[in-house]
Amino acid sequence: MRYAMAIDTRKCVGCSDCVVACQTENNVPIGYCRDWITETVDGSYPNVEIELRTERCNHCDNAPCVRCCPTGASHIVDGGSVLVTDYKCIGCGACIQSCPYDARYSHPEGYVDKCTFCNHRVVKGENPACVSVCPTKCMYFGDLDDPDSDVSNALKNRKYKALAPEAGTKPHIFYMI
Amino acid sequence: MKEELIISGRMNPNIDPYLHIWHWHIPVYLFLGGLAAGILFFAALYTIMGREKEMPTAVKWATFLVPITLVVGLLALFFDLKHQLYFWQLYTTVRIESPMSWGAWVLMFITPLSMLWAASYIKEAIPTWKWKFKILDQIEALVIKYRKALAWVMLALAVILGIYTGILLSAFNARPLWNTSLLGPLFLVSGMSTGAATIMWMSKSHHERKIMSMVDLVLIIVELFFITHLFMGFLASTAVQIEAAELFLGGQFTVSFWVFVVILGLVFPAILEIMELRGYKIPVAIPAILILFGGLAFRFIMVEAGQLTRYLY
Repeated sequence: MRYAMAIDTRKCVGCSDCVVACQTENNVPIGYCRDWITETVDGSYPNVEIELRTERCNHCDNAPCVRCCPTGASHIVDGGSVLVTDYKCIGCGACIQSCPYDARYSHPEGYVDKCTFCNHRVVKGENPACVSVCPTKCMYFGDLDDPDSDVSNALKNRKYKALAPEAGTKPHIFYMI
Repeated sequence: MKEELIISGRMNPNIDPYLHIWHWHIPVYLFLGGLAAGILFFAALYTIMGREKEMPTAVKWATFLVPITLVVGLLALFFDLKHQLYFWQLYTTVRIESPMSWGAWVLMFITPLSMLWAASYIKEAIPTWKWKFKILDQIEALVIKYRKALAWVMLALAVILGIYTGILLSAFNARPLWNTSLLGPLFLVSGMSTGAATIMWMSKSHHERKIMSMVDLVLIIVELFFITHLFMGFLASTAVQIEAAELFLGGQFTVSFWVFVVILGLVFPAILEIMELRGYKIPVAIPAILILFGGLAFRFIMVEAGQLTRYLY
Protein backbone atom coordinates (compact mmCIF):
# COMPACT_ATOMS: atom_id res chain seq x y z
CA MET A 1 0.00 0.00 0.00
CA ARG A 2 1.28 3.44 -0.90
CA TYR A 3 -0.78 6.55 -0.31
CA ALA A 4 -0.41 9.34 -2.82
CA MET A 5 -2.23 12.45 -3.94
CA ALA A 6 -2.93 13.74 -7.41
CA ILE A 7 -3.86 17.38 -7.97
CA ASP A 8 -5.39 18.69 -11.15
CA THR A 9 -3.72 22.04 -11.77
CA ARG A 10 -6.30 22.77 -14.48
CA LYS A 11 -9.16 22.54 -12.00
CA CYS A 12 -7.58 24.22 -8.99
CA VAL A 13 -8.72 27.82 -8.59
CA GLY A 14 -6.53 28.59 -5.58
CA CYS A 15 -9.45 29.22 -3.22
CA SER A 16 -7.48 28.07 -0.12
CA ASP A 17 -10.32 25.92 1.15
CA CYS A 18 -7.83 23.06 1.58
CA VAL A 19 -5.64 25.31 3.73
CA VAL A 20 -8.48 26.28 6.04
CA ALA A 21 -9.83 22.72 6.20
CA CYS A 22 -6.40 21.49 7.29
CA GLN A 23 -6.03 24.22 9.90
CA THR A 24 -9.44 23.34 11.33
CA GLU A 25 -9.10 19.58 11.18
CA ASN A 26 -5.61 19.47 12.65
CA ASN A 27 -5.92 22.38 15.04
CA VAL A 28 -2.96 24.13 13.42
CA PRO A 29 -1.89 27.12 15.56
CA ILE A 30 -3.02 30.52 14.35
CA GLY A 31 -0.71 31.97 11.73
CA TYR A 32 0.74 28.64 10.61
CA CYS A 33 -0.28 26.21 7.91
CA ARG A 34 0.60 22.70 6.79
CA ASP A 35 -0.49 23.25 3.20
CA TRP A 36 -0.48 26.34 1.03
CA ILE A 37 -1.23 27.62 -2.46
CA THR A 38 1.49 28.49 -4.93
CA GLU A 39 0.89 30.44 -8.09
CA THR A 40 3.52 30.17 -10.81
CA VAL A 41 3.46 32.53 -13.74
CA ASP A 42 5.38 31.52 -16.83
CA GLY A 43 6.17 33.52 -19.94
CA SER A 44 5.54 37.15 -20.80
CA TYR A 45 2.47 38.95 -22.03
CA PRO A 46 0.53 38.00 -24.12
CA ASN A 47 1.72 34.41 -23.83
CA VAL A 48 1.33 33.88 -20.12
CA GLU A 49 0.55 30.67 -18.35
CA ILE A 50 -0.51 30.50 -14.74
CA GLU A 51 -0.34 27.33 -12.73
CA LEU A 52 -2.05 27.06 -9.37
CA ARG A 53 -0.89 24.36 -7.04
CA THR A 54 -1.90 23.35 -3.58
CA GLU A 55 1.33 22.17 -1.95
CA ARG A 56 2.16 20.23 1.18
CA CYS A 57 4.57 17.55 2.40
CA ASN A 58 5.33 15.20 -0.49
CA HIS A 59 5.53 12.11 1.74
CA CYS A 60 8.68 11.07 -0.09
CA ASP A 61 9.86 7.49 -0.44
CA ASN A 62 13.44 8.59 0.05
CA ALA A 63 12.63 11.15 2.71
CA PRO A 64 15.67 13.29 3.65
CA CYS A 65 13.89 14.48 6.80
CA VAL A 66 13.58 10.93 8.10
CA ARG A 67 17.18 10.20 7.17
CA CYS A 68 18.67 13.15 9.02
CA CYS A 69 16.46 13.04 12.13
CA PRO A 70 18.79 12.27 15.07
CA THR A 71 16.14 10.80 17.35
CA GLY A 72 13.84 8.91 14.99
CA ALA A 73 10.98 11.37 15.68
CA SER A 74 10.45 11.68 11.92
CA HIS A 75 9.36 8.31 10.64
CA ILE A 76 7.42 6.58 7.89
CA VAL A 77 4.25 4.68 8.77
CA ASP A 78 2.35 1.99 6.88
CA GLY A 79 1.15 3.49 3.64
CA GLY A 80 4.26 5.62 3.24
CA SER A 81 3.13 8.74 5.10
CA VAL A 82 5.89 10.67 6.88
CA LEU A 83 4.96 11.62 10.44
CA VAL A 84 6.63 13.31 13.43
CA THR A 85 6.32 12.01 16.99
CA ASP A 86 6.16 15.23 18.99
CA TYR A 87 7.60 13.88 22.26
CA LYS A 88 10.63 12.44 20.45
CA CYS A 89 11.37 15.65 18.55
CA ILE A 90 14.08 17.85 20.08
CA GLY A 91 13.47 20.75 17.70
CA CYS A 92 16.97 20.71 16.21
CA GLY A 93 15.73 21.87 12.82
CA ALA A 94 17.67 19.31 10.77
CA CYS A 95 14.51 18.09 9.01
CA ILE A 96 13.45 21.66 8.21
CA GLN A 97 16.83 22.22 6.55
CA SER A 98 16.67 18.91 4.72
CA CYS A 99 13.27 19.38 3.05
CA PRO A 100 13.44 20.60 -0.56
CA TYR A 101 9.74 21.53 -0.33
CA ASP A 102 10.01 23.57 2.88
CA ALA A 103 7.05 21.56 4.11
CA ARG A 104 7.93 21.64 7.81
CA TYR A 105 7.73 24.37 10.38
CA SER A 106 8.56 24.76 14.03
CA HIS A 107 5.39 24.52 16.12
CA PRO A 108 5.14 27.20 18.84
CA GLU A 109 5.39 24.42 21.42
CA GLY A 110 8.85 23.54 20.08
CA TYR A 111 8.50 20.38 18.08
CA VAL A 112 8.39 20.23 14.30
CA ASP A 113 5.01 19.95 12.66
CA LYS A 114 3.88 19.08 9.15
CA CYS A 115 1.17 17.53 6.97
CA THR A 116 0.30 14.00 8.13
CA PHE A 117 -1.74 13.06 5.04
CA CYS A 118 -4.48 13.17 7.71
CA ASN A 119 -3.36 9.75 8.89
CA HIS A 120 -6.02 9.75 11.62
CA ARG A 121 -8.75 10.03 8.96
CA VAL A 122 -7.10 7.83 6.36
CA VAL A 123 -6.84 4.82 8.69
CA LYS A 124 -10.63 5.03 9.06
CA GLY A 125 -11.03 4.96 5.29
CA GLU A 126 -11.78 8.66 4.92
CA ASN A 127 -10.03 11.15 2.66
CA PRO A 128 -7.67 13.78 4.08
CA ALA A 129 -9.51 16.95 5.14
CA CYS A 130 -8.10 19.02 2.27
CA VAL A 131 -9.26 16.51 -0.35
CA SER A 132 -12.71 16.12 1.12
CA VAL A 133 -13.52 19.85 1.11
CA CYS A 134 -12.11 20.83 -2.31
CA PRO A 135 -14.99 22.65 -4.08
CA THR A 136 -13.66 21.94 -7.58
CA LYS A 137 -12.79 18.35 -6.66
CA CYS A 138 -9.32 18.81 -8.09
CA MET A 139 -7.60 16.59 -5.52
CA TYR A 140 -7.52 12.82 -5.60
CA PHE A 141 -6.22 10.66 -2.78
CA GLY A 142 -5.74 6.93 -2.48
CA ASP A 143 -3.54 3.89 -2.73
CA LEU A 144 -1.14 4.06 -5.65
CA ASP A 145 -0.70 0.27 -5.59
CA ASP A 146 -4.43 -0.25 -6.15
CA PRO A 147 -5.15 0.30 -9.88
CA ASP A 148 -8.77 1.19 -9.11
CA SER A 149 -8.15 3.86 -6.46
CA ASP A 150 -9.10 7.49 -7.07
CA VAL A 151 -5.49 8.54 -7.41
CA SER A 152 -4.56 5.75 -9.84
CA ASN A 153 -7.62 6.48 -12.00
CA ALA A 154 -6.88 10.20 -12.00
CA LEU A 155 -3.33 9.68 -13.19
CA LYS A 156 -4.20 7.07 -15.85
CA ASN A 157 -4.93 9.30 -18.79
CA ARG A 158 -3.22 12.51 -17.85
CA LYS A 159 0.26 13.93 -18.06
CA TYR A 160 1.58 14.69 -14.61
CA LYS A 161 4.69 15.85 -12.82
CA ALA A 162 6.16 15.84 -9.34
CA LEU A 163 7.99 18.77 -7.74
CA ALA A 164 11.80 18.84 -7.83
CA PRO A 165 12.20 15.16 -8.75
CA GLU A 166 15.90 15.99 -9.28
CA ALA A 167 16.21 16.24 -5.50
CA GLY A 168 15.99 12.45 -5.52
CA THR A 169 13.36 12.30 -2.82
CA LYS A 170 10.74 10.31 -4.81
CA PRO A 171 7.83 12.60 -3.90
CA HIS A 172 4.26 11.27 -3.84
CA ILE A 173 2.20 14.34 -4.66
CA PHE A 174 1.54 14.44 -8.39
CA TYR A 175 0.42 17.48 -10.33
CA MET A 176 -1.62 16.83 -13.46
CA ILE A 177 -0.73 19.36 -16.12
CA MET B 1 -11.47 32.28 15.09
CA LYS B 2 -10.26 30.15 12.24
CA GLU B 3 -12.29 32.19 9.75
CA GLU B 4 -9.65 34.88 9.79
CA LEU B 5 -7.03 32.49 8.58
CA ILE B 6 -7.38 32.53 4.86
CA ILE B 7 -3.68 33.12 4.49
CA SER B 8 -2.25 30.53 2.24
CA GLY B 9 0.63 31.73 0.11
CA ARG B 10 4.27 31.13 1.01
CA MET B 11 4.56 34.85 1.68
CA ASN B 12 3.16 34.03 5.10
CA PRO B 13 5.46 35.94 7.48
CA ASN B 14 4.69 33.53 10.29
CA ILE B 15 6.11 30.61 8.39
CA ASP B 16 8.88 31.74 6.12
CA PRO B 17 11.16 33.23 8.78
CA TYR B 18 10.97 29.93 10.63
CA LEU B 19 12.45 28.09 7.67
CA HIS B 20 15.58 30.09 8.24
CA ILE B 21 15.85 28.19 11.46
CA TRP B 22 19.56 28.24 12.29
CA HIS B 23 20.98 31.43 13.67
CA TRP B 24 24.24 32.20 15.55
CA HIS B 25 24.21 29.04 17.69
CA ILE B 26 25.08 26.65 14.91
CA PRO B 27 28.10 28.51 13.42
CA VAL B 28 29.43 29.19 16.93
CA TYR B 29 29.14 25.52 17.76
CA LEU B 30 30.68 24.44 14.43
CA PHE B 31 33.61 26.75 15.15
CA LEU B 32 34.14 25.60 18.75
CA GLY B 33 33.69 21.93 17.80
CA GLY B 34 36.20 22.27 14.96
CA LEU B 35 38.64 24.10 17.23
CA ALA B 36 38.34 21.39 19.91
CA ALA B 37 38.80 18.69 17.28
CA GLY B 38 41.92 20.45 15.99
CA ILE B 39 43.55 20.81 19.42
CA LEU B 40 42.75 17.23 20.45
CA PHE B 41 43.99 15.92 17.11
CA PHE B 42 47.42 17.46 17.61
CA ALA B 43 47.54 16.46 21.29
CA ALA B 44 46.83 12.85 20.35
CA LEU B 45 49.11 12.91 17.31
CA TYR B 46 52.19 14.19 19.14
CA THR B 47 51.54 11.84 22.05
CA ILE B 48 51.43 8.88 19.68
CA MET B 49 54.59 10.12 18.00
CA GLY B 50 56.24 10.38 21.44
CA ARG B 51 57.06 14.07 21.13
CA GLU B 52 55.53 15.28 24.44
CA LYS B 53 58.80 16.96 25.55
CA GLU B 54 59.20 18.82 22.29
CA MET B 55 55.54 19.89 21.95
CA PRO B 56 54.33 20.59 25.51
CA THR B 57 51.66 23.12 24.46
CA ALA B 58 50.13 20.87 21.82
CA VAL B 59 50.08 17.80 24.07
CA LYS B 60 49.33 19.41 27.43
CA TRP B 61 48.51 23.08 27.84
CA ALA B 62 46.25 23.72 24.86
CA THR B 63 44.04 20.80 25.85
CA PHE B 64 42.95 22.73 28.95
CA LEU B 65 40.90 24.89 26.58
CA VAL B 66 39.04 21.96 25.04
CA PRO B 67 36.58 21.09 27.81
CA ILE B 68 35.64 24.79 27.94
CA THR B 69 35.12 25.13 24.18
CA LEU B 70 33.17 21.87 24.05
CA VAL B 71 30.90 22.79 26.94
CA VAL B 72 30.25 26.28 25.54
CA GLY B 73 29.62 24.69 22.12
CA LEU B 74 27.23 22.18 23.61
CA LEU B 75 25.39 24.96 25.42
CA ALA B 76 25.04 26.81 22.10
CA LEU B 77 23.62 23.63 20.55
CA PHE B 78 21.25 23.19 23.47
CA PHE B 79 19.96 26.77 23.22
CA ASP B 80 19.40 26.25 19.51
CA LEU B 81 16.92 23.44 20.17
CA LYS B 82 13.28 24.44 20.06
CA HIS B 83 12.06 21.52 22.18
CA GLN B 84 14.83 21.73 24.76
CA LEU B 85 13.41 19.60 27.55
CA TYR B 86 13.39 16.62 25.19
CA PHE B 87 17.09 16.84 24.27
CA TRP B 88 17.76 13.52 26.03
CA GLN B 89 15.89 11.79 23.21
CA LEU B 90 19.19 12.12 21.31
CA TYR B 91 20.62 9.46 23.57
CA THR B 92 17.78 6.98 23.28
CA THR B 93 18.74 5.89 19.77
CA VAL B 94 21.73 5.55 17.49
CA ARG B 95 20.83 6.63 13.98
CA ILE B 96 23.62 5.68 11.59
CA GLU B 97 22.08 7.70 8.74
CA SER B 98 21.83 10.93 10.71
CA PRO B 99 25.01 13.02 11.07
CA MET B 100 23.48 14.83 14.02
CA SER B 101 23.10 11.53 15.87
CA TRP B 102 26.75 10.73 15.16
CA GLY B 103 27.71 14.15 16.44
CA ALA B 104 25.68 13.79 19.63
CA TRP B 105 27.30 10.45 20.42
CA VAL B 106 30.83 11.55 19.56
CA LEU B 107 30.41 14.57 21.84
CA MET B 108 29.14 12.26 24.55
CA PHE B 109 32.49 10.42 24.47
CA ILE B 110 34.97 13.10 23.50
CA THR B 111 33.87 15.69 26.09
CA PRO B 112 34.62 13.51 29.15
CA LEU B 113 37.73 12.18 27.43
CA SER B 114 39.05 15.72 26.90
CA MET B 115 38.34 16.47 30.57
CA LEU B 116 40.28 13.39 31.67
CA TRP B 117 43.12 14.29 29.37
CA ALA B 118 43.42 17.86 30.66
CA ALA B 119 42.94 16.77 34.30
CA SER B 120 45.81 14.30 34.03
CA TYR B 121 48.15 17.23 33.30
CA ILE B 122 46.90 19.52 36.09
CA LYS B 123 49.66 18.40 38.48
CA GLU B 124 52.28 19.37 35.90
CA ALA B 125 50.71 22.79 35.49
CA ILE B 126 50.13 23.38 39.22
CA PRO B 127 52.69 21.33 41.21
CA THR B 128 50.87 21.92 44.51
CA TRP B 129 47.59 20.50 43.16
CA LYS B 130 45.99 17.78 45.31
CA TRP B 131 42.92 15.74 44.33
CA LYS B 132 40.31 15.78 47.10
CA PHE B 133 39.22 12.17 46.69
CA LYS B 134 41.37 9.12 46.41
CA ILE B 135 39.42 7.76 43.47
CA LEU B 136 40.48 10.78 41.41
CA ASP B 137 44.11 9.87 42.05
CA GLN B 138 43.39 6.35 40.86
CA ILE B 139 41.68 7.62 37.70
CA GLU B 140 44.61 9.92 37.03
CA ALA B 141 47.03 7.01 37.41
CA LEU B 142 44.96 4.97 34.96
CA VAL B 143 44.87 7.80 32.39
CA ILE B 144 48.64 8.20 32.64
CA LYS B 145 49.18 4.44 32.36
CA TYR B 146 47.01 4.05 29.27
CA ARG B 147 47.76 7.42 27.70
CA LYS B 148 48.93 6.03 24.35
CA ALA B 149 45.78 3.94 23.95
CA LEU B 150 43.63 6.93 24.91
CA ALA B 151 45.53 9.02 22.38
CA TRP B 152 44.54 6.63 19.59
CA VAL B 153 40.88 6.79 20.65
CA MET B 154 41.09 10.57 20.89
CA LEU B 155 42.69 10.82 17.45
CA ALA B 156 39.83 8.89 15.87
CA LEU B 157 37.14 10.79 17.78
CA ALA B 158 38.76 14.14 16.95
CA VAL B 159 38.73 13.34 13.23
CA ILE B 160 35.08 12.24 13.40
CA LEU B 161 34.18 15.40 15.35
CA GLY B 162 36.01 17.63 12.86
CA ILE B 163 34.50 15.98 9.78
CA TYR B 164 31.08 15.85 11.37
CA THR B 165 30.89 19.65 11.65
CA GLY B 166 30.96 19.71 7.84
CA ILE B 167 28.91 16.59 7.16
CA LEU B 168 26.18 17.98 9.39
CA LEU B 169 25.61 20.58 6.67
CA SER B 170 26.49 18.51 3.61
CA ALA B 171 23.83 15.90 4.39
CA PHE B 172 21.05 18.32 3.45
CA ASN B 173 20.42 18.00 -0.25
CA ALA B 174 17.70 20.63 -0.02
CA ARG B 175 20.36 23.32 0.56
CA PRO B 176 22.51 23.15 -2.59
CA LEU B 177 25.35 25.23 -1.13
CA TRP B 178 25.91 22.64 1.60
CA ASN B 179 25.20 19.58 -0.45
CA THR B 180 28.74 18.71 -1.45
CA SER B 181 30.84 15.94 0.03
CA LEU B 182 33.82 18.31 0.04
CA LEU B 183 32.34 20.16 3.01
CA GLY B 184 33.38 17.43 5.48
CA PRO B 185 37.11 17.52 4.63
CA LEU B 186 36.99 21.32 4.26
CA PHE B 187 35.56 21.82 7.75
CA LEU B 188 37.99 19.26 9.17
CA VAL B 189 41.00 21.04 7.70
CA SER B 190 39.65 24.43 8.74
CA GLY B 191 39.07 23.16 12.30
CA MET B 192 42.56 21.67 12.45
CA SER B 193 43.99 24.95 11.20
CA THR B 194 42.22 26.91 13.97
CA GLY B 195 43.49 24.32 16.46
CA ALA B 196 47.06 24.68 15.20
CA ALA B 197 46.76 28.48 15.36
CA THR B 198 45.63 28.29 18.99
CA ILE B 199 48.54 26.03 19.95
CA MET B 200 50.94 28.32 18.10
CA TRP B 201 49.52 31.34 19.93
CA MET B 202 49.75 29.69 23.39
CA SER B 203 53.19 28.19 22.93
CA LYS B 204 56.17 29.72 24.73
CA SER B 205 58.80 27.65 22.94
CA HIS B 206 60.19 29.02 19.71
CA HIS B 207 60.76 25.54 18.32
CA GLU B 208 57.17 24.42 18.93
CA ARG B 209 55.79 27.64 17.46
CA LYS B 210 57.83 27.06 14.34
CA ILE B 211 56.56 23.50 13.93
CA MET B 212 52.91 24.50 14.47
CA SER B 213 53.35 27.43 12.13
CA MET B 214 54.60 25.07 9.39
CA VAL B 215 51.74 22.63 10.06
CA ASP B 216 49.27 25.50 9.89
CA LEU B 217 50.75 26.72 6.65
CA VAL B 218 50.22 23.32 5.05
CA LEU B 219 46.64 23.22 6.36
CA ILE B 220 45.93 26.69 4.95
CA ILE B 221 47.24 25.64 1.54
CA VAL B 222 45.05 22.51 1.60
CA GLU B 223 42.09 24.64 2.66
CA LEU B 224 42.62 27.11 -0.18
CA PHE B 225 42.85 24.18 -2.57
CA PHE B 226 39.57 22.77 -1.21
CA ILE B 227 37.83 26.16 -1.52
CA THR B 228 38.94 26.41 -5.15
CA HIS B 229 37.66 22.90 -5.75
CA LEU B 230 34.40 23.70 -3.99
CA PHE B 231 33.63 26.49 -6.44
CA MET B 232 34.88 24.53 -9.45
CA GLY B 233 32.51 21.77 -8.41
CA PHE B 234 29.57 24.14 -7.97
CA LEU B 235 30.12 25.86 -11.32
CA ALA B 236 30.29 22.49 -13.09
CA SER B 237 27.14 21.27 -11.37
CA THR B 238 23.38 21.80 -11.66
CA ALA B 239 21.48 25.09 -11.86
CA VAL B 240 20.80 25.22 -8.11
CA GLN B 241 24.48 24.80 -7.24
CA ILE B 242 25.58 27.34 -9.84
CA GLU B 243 23.14 29.72 -8.22
CA ALA B 244 24.61 28.87 -4.80
CA ALA B 245 28.14 29.64 -6.06
CA GLU B 246 26.94 32.93 -7.50
CA LEU B 247 26.13 34.13 -3.98
CA PHE B 248 29.92 34.20 -3.54
CA LEU B 249 30.86 35.26 -7.05
CA GLY B 250 29.15 38.61 -7.32
CA GLY B 251 26.25 37.92 -4.96
CA GLN B 252 25.63 39.20 -1.47
CA PHE B 253 28.37 37.16 0.23
CA THR B 254 31.16 38.06 -2.21
CA VAL B 255 32.86 40.71 -0.09
CA SER B 256 32.42 39.05 3.29
CA PHE B 257 33.67 35.69 2.03
CA TRP B 258 36.63 36.70 -0.10
CA VAL B 259 37.81 39.54 2.16
CA PHE B 260 37.25 38.16 5.66
CA VAL B 261 37.58 34.43 5.08
CA VAL B 262 39.97 33.99 2.18
CA ILE B 263 42.21 37.07 2.27
CA LEU B 264 42.24 38.05 5.97
CA GLY B 265 41.58 34.56 7.33
CA LEU B 266 43.83 32.46 5.09
CA VAL B 267 46.10 34.25 2.61
CA PHE B 268 47.31 37.08 4.85
CA PRO B 269 48.14 34.87 7.89
CA ALA B 270 49.85 32.43 5.54
CA ILE B 271 52.05 35.26 4.25
CA LEU B 272 52.79 36.32 7.85
CA GLU B 273 53.73 32.74 8.74
CA ILE B 274 56.04 32.45 5.74
CA MET B 275 57.70 35.74 6.70
CA GLU B 276 58.12 34.50 10.27
CA LEU B 277 59.67 31.24 9.11
CA ARG B 278 62.07 33.31 7.01
CA GLY B 279 63.24 35.09 10.15
CA TYR B 280 61.14 38.27 10.30
CA LYS B 281 59.88 39.15 13.79
CA ILE B 282 56.08 39.03 13.73
CA PRO B 283 53.98 38.75 16.91
CA VAL B 284 52.48 35.27 16.73
CA ALA B 285 49.13 36.57 17.98
CA ILE B 286 48.44 38.36 14.69
CA PRO B 287 48.29 35.35 12.35
CA ALA B 288 46.63 33.26 15.10
CA ILE B 289 43.82 35.76 15.70
CA LEU B 290 43.30 36.24 11.96
CA ILE B 291 43.01 32.48 11.43
CA LEU B 292 40.59 32.05 14.32
CA PHE B 293 38.49 34.97 13.17
CA GLY B 294 38.54 33.68 9.58
CA GLY B 295 37.38 30.25 10.75
CA LEU B 296 34.50 31.75 12.69
CA ALA B 297 33.51 34.02 9.77
CA PHE B 298 33.66 31.05 7.39
CA ARG B 299 31.14 29.11 9.46
CA PHE B 300 28.80 32.07 9.90
CA ILE B 301 28.83 32.75 6.16
CA MET B 302 28.34 29.11 5.17
CA VAL B 303 25.42 28.58 7.57
CA GLU B 304 23.80 31.88 6.60
CA ALA B 305 24.28 31.52 2.84
CA GLY B 306 23.31 27.85 2.77
CA GLN B 307 19.89 28.63 4.16
CA LEU B 308 19.25 31.01 1.26
CA THR B 309 19.84 28.34 -1.37
CA ARG B 310 17.07 25.97 -2.35
CA TYR B 311 15.54 23.89 -5.07
CA LEU B 312 13.51 25.76 -7.64
CA TYR B 313 10.29 24.42 -9.01
